[in-house]
Amino acid sequence: MSTQERAGTVPLEYIEHPEQWHLPSRGYVAMSSLIVAESAIFTIFVVAYLYYLGRDVSGPTPRQVLDVPIFNTVCLLSSSFFIYLAEHAIGHGRMGAFKLWWAVTFVLGLIFLIGTGVEWHTLIVHDHLTIATNLFGTTFYSLVGLHASHVVIGLLMLLITLILALTGKLNATHSERVKVLALYWHFVDAVWVVVFTVVYLVGR
Amino acid sequence: MATPSVPIPNRVEGAIDQTPPQRFAGTYLEKVHDWVVTVDHKKIGIMYICYALLFLLVGGVEALMIRTQLFFPNNHFVSPFVFDRLFTMHGTTMVFLVGMPILFGFGNYLVPLMIGARDMAFPRLNAFSFWISAFAGLMLYFSFIGGNGLAGTGTAPDIAWFAYQPLGERAFSPGHSTDYWALALIANGIGSIGTAINILATVFCMRCKGMTLFRMPLLPWLYAAVSGMVLVAISPLTACQAMLVIDRYLGGHFFDTQAGGSAILWAHFFWIFGHPEVYILVLPAFAFANEIIPVFSRKAIFGYPAMVAATVGIAFISLGVWAHHMFTIGMTSFGNAFFTLSTMLVAIPTGIKVFNWLATIWGGRVRFETPMLFSIGFLFQFVVAGLTGIMLSVSPWNWQLHNSYFVVAHFHYVLVGAIVFMIFAAIYYWYPKMTGRMLDEKLGKWHFWLMLIGFHLTFDVMHVPGVLGMPRQIYTYEADRGWAVWNQIISLGGFIQAIAIAILVYNLVHSYFKGKEAGPDPWDAWTLEWATHSPPPAYNFPVDPVVASRRPLWDMKHPEDPDSAFE
Repeated sequence: MSTQERAGTVPLEYIEHPEQWHLPSRGYVAMSSLIVAESAIFTIFVVAYLYYLGRDVSGPTPRQVLDVPIFNTVCLLSSSFFIYLAEHAIGHGRMGAFKLWWAVTFVLGLIFLIGTGVEWHTLIVHDHLTIATNLFGTTFYSLVGLHASHVVIGLLMLLITLILALTGKLNATHSERVKVLALYWHFVDAVWVVVFTVVYLVGR
Repeated sequence: MATPSVPIPNRVEGAIDQTPPQRFAGTYLEKVHDWVVTVDHKKIGIMYICYALLFLLVGGVEALMIRTQLFFPNNHFVSPFVFDRLFTMHGTTMVFLVGMPILFGFGNYLVPLMIGARDMAFPRLNAFSFWISAFAGLMLYFSFIGGNGLAGTGTAPDIAWFAYQPLGERAFSPGHSTDYWALALIANGIGSIGTAINILATVFCMRCKGMTLFRMPLLPWLYAAVSGMVLVAISPLTACQAMLVIDRYLGGHFFDTQAGGSAILWAHFFWIFGHPEVYILVLPAFAFANEIIPVFSRKAIFGYPAMVAATVGIAFISLGVWAHHMFTIGMTSFGNAFFTLSTMLVAIPTGIKVFNWLATIWGGRVRFETPMLFSIGFLFQFVVAGLTGIMLSVSPWNWQLHNSYFVVAHFHYVLVGAIVFMIFAAIYYWYPKMTGRMLDEKLGKWHFWLMLIGFHLTFDVMHVPGVLGMPRQIYTYEADRGWAVWNQIISLGGFIQAIAIAILVYNLVHSYFKGKEAGPDPWDAWTLEWATHSPPPAYNFPVDPVVASRRPLWDMKHPEDPDSAFE
């Protein structure tokens, strides 16, 4: 068989159906990657917290000063539900509902942050526990503070999105970007489940 | 490639740019501005590589100073304090300012070209990652003159690259040298994680039509694995540096042993980063070998699926071996056995890789040009490095040789013998693509042979004083220990390597102006980066390419016998 003939018989179809060439959204892949990296950072701080439990050479201990922040936790975890409603709304082009649920999410996150602030204020002023007091202080403020800093970043981005939505610069075509941002917020909530369990349930 | 010598199947044609390459016209200042503000993955990649080569020279000078100090027993070439700073900065520089950036540089340059994309997934994040890494390097080196100042006491960090605590705590490390170290590594880590996210998003979301994951060249595959490892390995480093900074600035007690803090926890955290880091550095070297060895053997890579599987296997296993750095810290016998076995397990996927490379060369029409010479050096040396690695993974053997020059010899065999050799191969292989000119082959051969001789003089011999009991990081030694002659041979080899590097630097500069024109495809290679101009235009490909096999350019050059018919 000559070269020419063979070339004719070899299927040079480069792809069966080019229109079916779908790749995942880079926003999702990147945010998922970031979440993996962040999870590794949180893991190290959680391990340090658990490893140092009860190894303090001076007080106060977690049992003496910590109260379980149930209201805060309910606020933060329920915000995941409301941001899901917001995602659903923008996915279906209902911008009014989106703004409402997005604002509710922001407010719930803000309540959580204020709650953490009040808790820290009591700990520092009333219980005299600072990051330099003992191992518990060091690990507690680092771990809860690391989570709180993620809440702050999340709230800033929620706020920017809210302002863009209220000024009419955001519409249903941006729903994928909004969902990527919501993924980060879900992560912040999921981490709180771990931090809450470790600090307030296991560690107390 | 204005007129390709072979007929092009209809759809690959778009990959060939018919427009002539255009040179950037403008004043010198405009050119600098263009490079500083660029978000082009190729320019950022070249900046990464140049930045790394610059620090390679700096770290190399530090190594030469260490070797000069150890040339004679009881030598006083530098003071003990300067010696501590030298080996700390040598290690930190070579890992974070040379190894990581040069590998990210090649990744940045090659991954989008190889998968037929026009840029990385996030070009601006890419520029941010580079500049924050560059800032980290400058900050680390600013410690030489900053901190407590030229006249003050605190200069460069002197706590070794693994910085065992509590020596880095405020009480034992006053001044700001450790702060520079910790903050520089945090900044560098942010850059690394940014690039890793970018590479993952690029590999998964930017592939050209027809390039399924299993038609992707192995280099993007390995870079995806490396990026995944960066996410889970560099993050613990960032976390434990943050803890160190909390200790130093806010009075925390993470590693403050007086207040119950643990020195061992630092060792765990550091090596949870530190051992995967070795694989983060070596996998890109494997990636270069996966591209270079087939092209110079004139055969497709042997065992592509096995290579992918072995890569992913290495990535997973490497996350569970860290405590083999800590056998002498005193672990339970279960711990010792676990980490001995998990470390030995790494030998299986790496062995698969070595046999696949050998099988690729086997029966091929091998062309012994400089990239291939370095690749063969890599293959041989990597096997030896792996064998000493197996020896050190056995905990009783490790107790005997831990922190001796045997360990130094082992990891330099990996870092220099495998990684640096493959980086040189990659430079010779892709320099024509990046600059449009060939590196001088004669100088390249000189570079290779001098490097090979120097390497073996230094690092083969370095095992001996280790077995004789010479500990690492010592400032000097007594004449009656019998280590002097070995150290002199080691230092001699170091100076020969320095000459080899000088030849490379001359070659890089000389060939940029006087080198032979390369053309788009000087090696008759098969992956997409060779389908476009050398250097490629900013948009890479005028039309998005469509591929049907792992070797699209082979299909294009051999339409009568395309890979796509067999895969």
